[in-house]
Amino acid sequence: MSGDTHGHGDAPAHGSRRTYLTGFALSVILTAIPFWLVMDGSFGKQATALAIMGFALVQVLVHMIYFLHLDARSEGGWNLMALIFTVVMVAIGLVGSLWVMHHLNMNMMPGMGSGDTSGM
Amino acid sequence: MAHVIPGNNGEEPVFYLADEHDHEAGGSTMLGFWMYLMSDCLIFAMLFACYGVYGGSYAGGPKPSEIFELPLVAVNTTMLLLSSITYGFAMLAMDENRKTGTLVWLAITGLFGAAFIGIELSEFHALIAEGATPQRSAFLSSFFTLVATHGLHVSIGLIWLVTLMVQVARGGLIAANKRRLMCLSLFWHFLDVIWIGVFTFVYLMGVIR
Repeated sequence: MSGDTHGHGDAPAHGSRRTYLTGFALSVILTAIPFWLVMDGSFGKQATALAIMGFALVQVLVHMIYFLHLDARSEGGWNLMALIFTVVMVAIGLVGSLWVMHHLNMNMMPGMGSGDTSGM
Repeated sequence: MAHVIPGNNGEEPVFYLADEHDHEAGGSTMLGFWMYLMSDCLIFAMLFACYGVYGGSYAGGPKPSEIFELPLVAVNTTMLLLSSITYGFAMLAMDENRKTGTLVWLAITGLFGAAFIGIELSEFHALIAEGATPQRSAFLSSFFTLVATHGLHVSIGLIWLVTLMVQVARGGLIAANKRRLMCLSLFWHFLDVIWIGVFTFVYLMGVIR
């Protein structure tokens, strides 16, 4: 039992002040633009929806890298493996649910369904 | 059961012990906590899926664009984002073994987190006051379930934060407290990641649909 040394040589990776501030600045930009796009409303619905989803995806990656300090080396790669597994499970769950329920809705008797569940 | 390997020339046989070496206390905590966060992520994914399916079923009730106030959501998002960076500063202070600095940044993080919860509760209160209750429509049921589950996580994070502040104040920045602070760091930043999904898919998409 060694007191302060890190057992398996994987010292927890912290960011520096610079990486935290970089992540924060990127997050502010990536949050402000989608809000502005929607509140301004000068773009088409489809284009706005695609754009804000894109910004959300990028911001998730920014948070993962700059705040959660995720890289291929943390915990000997197991963190990343667990994340990839989770992303696959989430994708199956989300896409599967929306897909199946959308088709169920389409096959409802006329007048029973409220209709639009396709748009997320 | 010990495995026996025959010695070379009649020497004593070699036995392998069941546990070959000591593991440092808490050596696998961070990986285990990450596993918990991933399973929590699955809970949120299914709540997002519910919202995706039910989000358009208004049952003649209010639509998202009629009840969501984006400026309020923007302020709330700012609170959570600011609490993320201040928690980062707390971790930096912890790395430099500055106990007071860690406690001060944790306190600031807690204030931002409390502001987030306060704004969210007042938003819920306003919604319910104008009749947009969880039982009004499937859209509102799934909305309240998803957003309130996130809010509940933040609330529990706040309780955890205060608990750790007491522990750090009493015991100092010992290895166990540092490990706990790192777990809460992951938890706190993870909730911010979930909030990105909430404000994008619930609030912003709700207003433009």
